[in-house]
Amino acid sequence: MSKMAPVQYDEKTRRYIDAMIEAEEQDRAALRAAEGNSADAECPCREGMFPTRAPSRRRFLVAAGSTVGAGAAGLLGARAAVAADRKAPPGAEYFDVPDDPTKQQGRPVAGDGGYGTRSQFETEVRQRYPTPNENTSWSLTPLDKMLGNLTASGLHFERHHGGIPTIDPARHQLVVHGLVGTPKTFTMADLKRFPSVTRKHFIECSGNGLTEWNKPTLKTVQGTHGLLSTSEWTGVLFATIAREVGLKEDGAWVLAEGSDAAVMTRSIPMEKMLRDAIIAYGQNGEAIRPEQGYPVRLVLPGYEGNTHIKWLRRLEVSDKPFMTREETSKYTDLLGDGKARQFSLDMDAKSVITFPSGDMKLPGPGFYNIGGLAWSGRGRVQSVDVSVDGGTSWYPARIESTPEPMCTVRFSFPWMWNGQPAVLQSRCMDDTGYLQPTLKELVAIRGSNGPFGSIYHLNAIQSWAVAADGSVSNVHA
Amino acid sequence: MSTHKPFITAVCAVVMAACPIAAIAQMPNDARFGFGTPAKPEDMARYFSIPPSGRGLPPGNGTAEQGAKVYAENCVACHGERLEGIPQPGLGGDKLIGGRGTLATQTPVKTVESYWPYATTLFDYVKRAMPFSVPGSLSDNDVYAVVAYVLSEAKIIQPTDVMNAESLPNVRMPNRDGFVPDARPEVQLYH
Repeated sequence: MSKMAPVQYDEKTRRYIDAMIEAEEQDRAALRAAEGNSADAECPCREGMFPTRAPSRRRFLVAAGSTVGAGAAGLLGARAAVAADRKAPPGAEYFDVPDDPTKQQGRPVAGDGGYGTRSQFETEVRQRYPTPNENTSWSLTPLDKMLGNLTASGLHFERHHGGIPTIDPARHQLVVHGLVGTPKTFTMADLKRFPSVTRKHFIECSGNGLTEWNKPTLKTVQGTHGLLSTSEWTGVLFATIAREVGLKEDGAWVLAEGSDAAVMTRSIPMEKMLRDAIIAYGQNGEAIRPEQGYPVRLVLPGYEGNTHIKWLRRLEVSDKPFMTREETSKYTDLLGDGKARQFSLDMDAKSVITFPSGDMKLPGPGFYNIGGLAWSGRGRVQSVDVSVDGGTSWYPARIESTPEPMCTVRFSFPWMWNGQPAVLQSRCMDDTGYLQPTLKELVAIRGSNGPFGSIYHLNAIQSWAVAADGSVSNVHA
Repeated sequence: MSTHKPFITAVCAVVMAACPIAAIAQMPNDARFGFGTPAKPEDMARYFSIPPSGRGLPPGNGTAEQGAKVYAENCVACHGERLEGIPQPGLGGDKLIGGRGTLATQTPVKTVESYWPYATTLFDYVKRAMPFSVPGSLSDNDVYAVVAYVLSEAKIIQPTDVMNAESLPNVRMPNRDGFVPDARPEVQLYH
C-alpha cells in the first residue's frame, strides 16, 4: 500500500546530477592521488575532522591552489620573501615557513597593504555545480569545514543566472516606483543615509539537496546541503523606503529587479516586504561581496534564495504578481498530479549534521562531539534532536548559539561511539512547532499521485551512516 | 528617590525652554527623510516588466515567419534547429517546445509549450535576458516575432497570427491552469 513511485527528475536535471557526481568523484580521486594513495585508500576528508595537517596533502593543495597571492608579492616584508613558484590557496598568500617562528621576526605590520588574507594553510573552497554554462550555475559552501554560525563571505554559496556583474557604486541607483505616491531614485549615498538595521539571517537556495530525492547521491555535506549560508546583513528596511515614497492602497506585490545580465526579477508579497525585507549593502561588517550582489541586494529573511535579488536596481509596487519566468517556469514545484505549486517562498525548518558527515572517517571508537546546523525560514529554531540509531530514539542536542529569527544555529551532541555501525540524524523544530519531516513523509505528500517533477524544497532529515571501520557515508534511512 | 524627581523635572523644564523643539525632536514630523530624487519619466523608459494583463507591452508586432529569421540568427546556437535545446558545455539552452501532456507522467518535460502559463512571460524574458551572448539586444519587433515563432512552433497560435500588445495577452497557454498556491506548511506533517 505504501509503495511509492520514485521521484522523477526531468532530463535536464538528471544530466546535471550525473555531471555533479562525476565532478565530485574527480575531486576525490585527485585528492587521493596527491596523497599517494589508491582510490580505495582512506578518504582525505579525515582532515576536516582533525586539525592535524598531513604534510603530503598540504603540499598538493598549495601547489593546486590559485595564483591569487602572487600579485601582492611586492607588499611583503623582506624576511618573508615569496617564492615565485610556490602558490597559496585562493584567498591566501604564500609565505616560507620558518622552522621556529620564535627565532626570527615575522612579517611587518600592514605589510599586506591593509587588507588581510586567510592563512595559506586553509584550503576550503566553494565547489561549482557543473551546469553546462559557467555563467548560469551555482557553487556550494563547504559546510563540513565551517567554524561557527556565520559563513565567511568568501565561502558564501553562489547562484547566478547571468554571471557576476561589475558595478560602480557611484553610478548605481535604486528606483522605487509603481503604485507609490512619489516614484524616487536613490543613490548608494542616499540609501546609506537612512537609519539602518543589522541582522543575522541565513539564505538557502530552494534547490538545496535537489540531487537527494531518489537515492543518496552526493558524498559530502557540501554537495547535499551547501546551498546554505549565513551572514550578518546591514541595510535599510524596505518599510523605511516605503514610507519615503508612500504606498498606494492597491499595492499588494513588489517586483524586485537585478542589474545583472539576467535582469533577474521576482514578485514578492507586500506583507513580506513590509515585515522583513532589508535593502542590504553590508555583509559581515564590510560591503557586500560582488558575487553576493554588490553594491546592494534584497534580503528576504526565510524566503527561498532566488527571491533575494542581487545587484538590486528597481522595485515596482503592483496590485498583482508579474508572473516572471523564475516564478512560473522555474522555481515552482510540480506535484505528482501534474499541478505545480507556485510562490512556494518560505524555507521550512531543516537541520544537518556536519560532523561527522559524508566522506569523513572516524579513527576508532571513542568520544566524538557531533555538530551541525539547524534553521527555519518561519522563525527561530526552538530545539534540535539527534539520533544515533537512524531515528529510533532521539535526544536533545545542545544549542550553541542564540536562536534568532530566520537564522541558523549551531548544535552539538556528545557521543561515545562504541565502534558498532550507527546512523546519525538530526531534526529541527522551529518556534511555530513545525518538526522537520522524513524524506518518506515529504514524498508521500508531494509525489503520492505518481511521479514527481519537483526538485525544490527538500528539507528532510539527513542520514549519515558510520560503518564499523569508521567511514561515514550518505544514506537514506 | 522621590526627592530627585522635582529636581529632574526642573532641569528638563529649563532645557526645554532654552532649546527650540526641533533640536530635541530627532525626527521630522511626517517621518520622511527627504532622501532620494523624484524619478523622471525619461529615466524610467529603460525599465519594463510585463504582467499577464500585458500592461507595459511596447508598440510593435511580429509574425512567426519573421520570427523564424530572428530565431535562426540569434537563438539556434543554444536552443537548436528544432527548438529542442542543446545541453552541451558552454551552451545549455533550454528545450522550448514539446512535452505537452507529460507533466503528470513518469518523465515530465517542462517547456514553454507544456509548462509556461503566460505568453507575456516569454516576451518579458526574451526582451530582458536573451539572447544569452548579447542580452537585451533585440528590437521590440524582433521580440514579438520570435515569440510568435516559438508559440507557432508549439502549435499554440497559427503561423499567420500577428503578435502585438493586444494579441499577446490573449494567447491561451496550454498549462494556464496548471498552478496551485503553496500548501505548506503541509497539514499531513501534523499527525
